[in-house]
Amino acid sequence: MASTDNGVDIKVDVTKDGSTAAGEPQDPNDLAGLEAGLDALDSVQVGRTPLRETLTRKVLPPVTAIVLVLVVWQLLVWAEAAPAYKLPSPSDVWGEVRESWLQGTLFDYIWTSVSRGLLGFLMALAIGTPLGLLVARVKFVRAAIGPILSGLQSLPSVAWVAPAVLWLGLNNSMMYAVILLGAVPSIANGLVAGIDQIPPLFLRAGRTLGATGLREARHIVMPAALPGYLAGLKQGWAFSWRSLMAAEIIASHPDLGVGLGQLLENGRNNSSMSQVFLAIFLILLVGIAIELLIFSPLERRVLRGRGLLVTR
Amino acid sequence: MATPTATTAEVAEDATAVTYAARIEHVSKSFPVPGTRGGQQLVLDDITLDVAPGEFVTLLGASGCGKSTLLNLVAGLDRPSAGSIGTDGRPALMFQEHALFPWLTAGKNIELALKLRGVAKAERRPEAERLLELVRLQGAYGKRVHELSGGMRQRVALARALAQDSKLLLMDEPFAALDAITRDVLHDELTRIWRETGVSVLFVTHNVREAVRLAQRVVLLSSRPGRIAREWTVGIPQPRRIEDSAVAELSVEITEELRGEIRRHGQH
Repeated sequence: MASTDNGVDIKVDVTKDGSTAAGEPQDPNDLAGLEAGLDALDSVQVGRTPLRETLTRKVLPPVTAIVLVLVVWQLLVWAEAAPAYKLPSPSDVWGEVRESWLQGTLFDYIWTSVSRGLLGFLMALAIGTPLGLLVARVKFVRAAIGPILSGLQSLPSVAWVAPAVLWLGLNNSMMYAVILLGAVPSIANGLVAGIDQIPPLFLRAGRTLGATGLREARHIVMPAALPGYLAGLKQGWAFSWRSLMAAEIIASHPDLGVGLGQLLENGRNNSSMSQVFLAIFLILLVGIAIELLIFSPLERRVLRGRGLLVTR
Repeated sequence: MATPTATTAEVAEDATAVTYAARIEHVSKSFPVPGTRGGQQLVLDDITLDVAPGEFVTLLGASGCGKSTLLNLVAGLDRPSAGSIGTDGRPALMFQEHALFPWLTAGKNIELALKLRGVAKAERRPEAERLLELVRLQGAYGKRVHELSGGMRQRVALARALAQDSKLLLMDEPFAALDAITRDVLHDELTRIWRETGVSVLFVTHNVREAVRLAQRVVLLSSRPGRIAREWTVGIPQPRRIEDSAVAELSVEITEELRGEIRRHGQH
């Protein structure tokens, strides 16, 4: 094929009558310059929001909401809306926090539950991921267990506590079994939904690049499904945590240690409303902390990388 | 320009050298009509077409002529109902949408293509940089897809297609979604890269001027079913411009023919 050596053409353009502006002659075939100009005009600049703005826009609103709740709560206590054994004051609950902090048991409660919850969640992750991949990619498997898997999601995991105790006894295995039964369907379903939403174009593009079978799963399917998968993980964690709390409240045994669910149950048995409140706050706190520290940054990172995060 | 490294697996099976980039012989394709029992719709009818090594061919046709179907068949994404298709190795394919993976940077998109081709890890980065340079996007290695303009995305997509080191590049209306100025620039760019690399191109479009602007040979497909209606050899020397009078003249002739083909469908 005929080709000039470096793509620069020496032939004089007929439409140009040789007139050149003062200084540098404008080459009508200066493709590189033209392209650089177009690129500069079309590109978008992406900047990060300054810390101050983040504080006023992201931190201030929730703090305001929390303060408001505390104020209303304190007002209700002052107005004696309910007897003290039903509605402890914020300072009573704070006293409970201080006490368990001074006794050194506060972190034990939290850690007992959180370590169980996270370990159970990781196991659910290890089982749910290949399961979801199988259901999404193998027609027979999808037809066979797809409906059951989505049905299981709507089954409250408390229902599993009774059979788990009978099968496994009052021990940690029983806790993990309940977590798995609650979280695995969520994680698997999230991945299936993520895979189903992959634009077919990505799969075609992957195939023309030579990605088939496991290489397709590794390089195309999993990364493309990541946003849906993450949503599934988030829900999977919520299910893990809820299942665990249900299991801890119902099943108690000295060997199991005192987790947050157990703390709540103890508070009820002792008719100590401030202890019950403490337990509920801690359960909520852990849920929010995990969301804020793990899932939210992960999700934002993934979405921002793909240009899917719309600010404002 | 491109060094002929023997990394791809398409070492010719027989001793005779392959004399075509793509050979399409009596290819027909029908699809089942939904809602009927065994009803078939003929989309492509007895297509025979050769693309010579280094040749630039455009396939031109109105909607429903099956041009994209034909491209899918050549790409190996689908199988013909009859006839045979031979290509010299696995062809690369570029789409109307850039089809870049948004979870990877521009450079990593290209490196993935290299990796799937079997290029050793150490060689991927320099090769990706070289390809980006070829499409004049030196600084774009670490850019995310959404940070690039439409024209830049298509150029990265072109670089990724070239990373497959195929003898044949299939292009499915790759510039249809771009604005006129950018498209014009990319025509120049594609012509330059085609001449530098010596790759064969089979380019599908419904834009007559684009077809004439780019190709050595324009193949007009009729619609429903797609048949080869006519062929033109374009002798206008490169580099051409879309507003060249020779390009315009041939475009008028081809447009008349294309309109005639379309009119036939309104007559019953």
